Amino acid sequence: MEQRHKILLLDDDPDLLAVYQEILARLPSGPEIYTATSGPRAMKLLEAESFRVLICDLKMPKMDGLQVLSVVRRKYPQLRTVVLTSVVDERFRSRVYALGVDLFWQKPSTEDEVKMFLECLESLLGRENGGGFRGLQSKSLMDIIQLECLAQSSAVLRITNGPLSGTLWILNGEVIDAQADQLAGEAAFRKILSWKTGNFELLAANVSRPRTIFKSYNALLLETAQALDESAGAAGEEPAKHAARTLLSLMDQFKGIEFVLIAKPGNAGSPEACGLENPKPMSAWAQRTADRFRTLADRFHAGQLEQIEGLGPQRNVAITPHGEAAFCVGWHHSVPAEEVHETTRKVLAQWVS
Amino acid sequence: MGLLKFFSKQPAALSTLPSGSFTVDRDGQIVVSTLPHNFPKALLRDISDRVLKTFRGAQEAQLPLHELTVRFSGFKLTARNMRGGAIVFLTPLTPLDPTK
Repeated sequence: MEQRHKILLLDDDPDLLAVYQEILARLPSGPEIYTATSGPRAMKLLEAESFRVLICDLKMPKMDGLQVLSVVRRKYPQLRTVVLTSVVDERFRSRVYALGVDLFWQKPSTEDEVKMFLECLESLLGRENGGGFRGLQSKSLMDIIQLECLAQSSAVLRITNGPLSGTLWILNGEVIDAQADQLAGEAAFRKILSWKTGNFELLAANVSRPRTIFKSYNALLLETAQALDESAGAAGEEPAKHAARTLLSLMDQFKGIEFVLIAKPGNAGSPEACGLENPKPMSAWAQRTADRFRTLADRFHAGQLEQIEGLGPQRNVAITPHGEAAFCVGWHHSVPAEEVHETTRKVLAQWVS
Repeated sequence: MGLLKFFSKQPAALSTLPSGSFTVDRDGQIVVSTLPHNFPKALLRDISDRVLKTFRGAQEAQLPLHELTVRFSGFKLTARNMRGGAIVFLTPLTPLDPTK
């Protein structure tokens, strides 16, 4: 007998839960529906049963939807997650997707919306674990640009890579302008194409955008590919030299950085660092500090450790966990705390790229 | 009835993310706290221990710090160094938190 999928519905309003239960009963695959009125209760159910989909509200007392999702995404990576909310702020939509949630839906209010929601949910239930395609992960940015240009399309392509963002303007199958942080034109185009991962969205064309790139898209892509190959070739140089050069270039790009350090766990080689005479004590502290609060996150169920910032009379410092390592940036003490937080994320994204 | 109560399934309470502050002296003793009474004391001591060790470790690494902020995806911890002790603020982050 074929096993029925299980769906867990989480909303603090019991009346709404009853309505959703009724709606979900119309799903063709006939899944089993469980309900929870609080985050802690949902966590207990997730521990006890194997669910296929979690449908979660955002605004809830005590433990809100984002807190639940951040814990769930880490503890149950195979669980499909759907946010069903009345919060219409776009910032929450992007935050929810950044957590790795599969679907973000505003609570349906018409019969058509309910129908569409059920279709999406059915498709989510039908996807096999570990297989199938999600998004356009197999396509590079170069492929996407080529597709747009070959189709003679006009569009604005907005690309985000963590805290970094860039925009490409395509008009009648040609790339006419690009922008990435402070860079513009061809330099911005090359910078955006050097990012290895990210998200993109296609927006409506902007025909009034002034043209700053005059090369054909083919020439532009070829030159960029060549430049990327060359920099990949440079990566073949002695690892320590290459690491030092990469870190030095980060210090050049961001004002206020006094040192950059990649602290590795245990004795996994000497730390990669730039701007420090003796990086070992700092590396040991950064690694211990990251480990200390990583384990605290586990005890608390507070979601993933994102960043640690320290402010001092001589220097400010930020530590961001990166896999097993800790990425540590020392800032001049005059750099304000908020800037330390935001810019360190950009430095890390740049280094990863 | 007592036997039935014994077998009935009681959902175990999951500790909610705490909100409040506490002060710890240089020896790790909690001086004052605004956290809920049911917040586990052992966890409180664990947090203060980690914070104090971080401040001391930074000092030893020639990086004296007067403030520490630890950001988790659903929670924020802020600590101020107070002559070897610390005051620690615990803040759960909500969707409407503008600082996140």
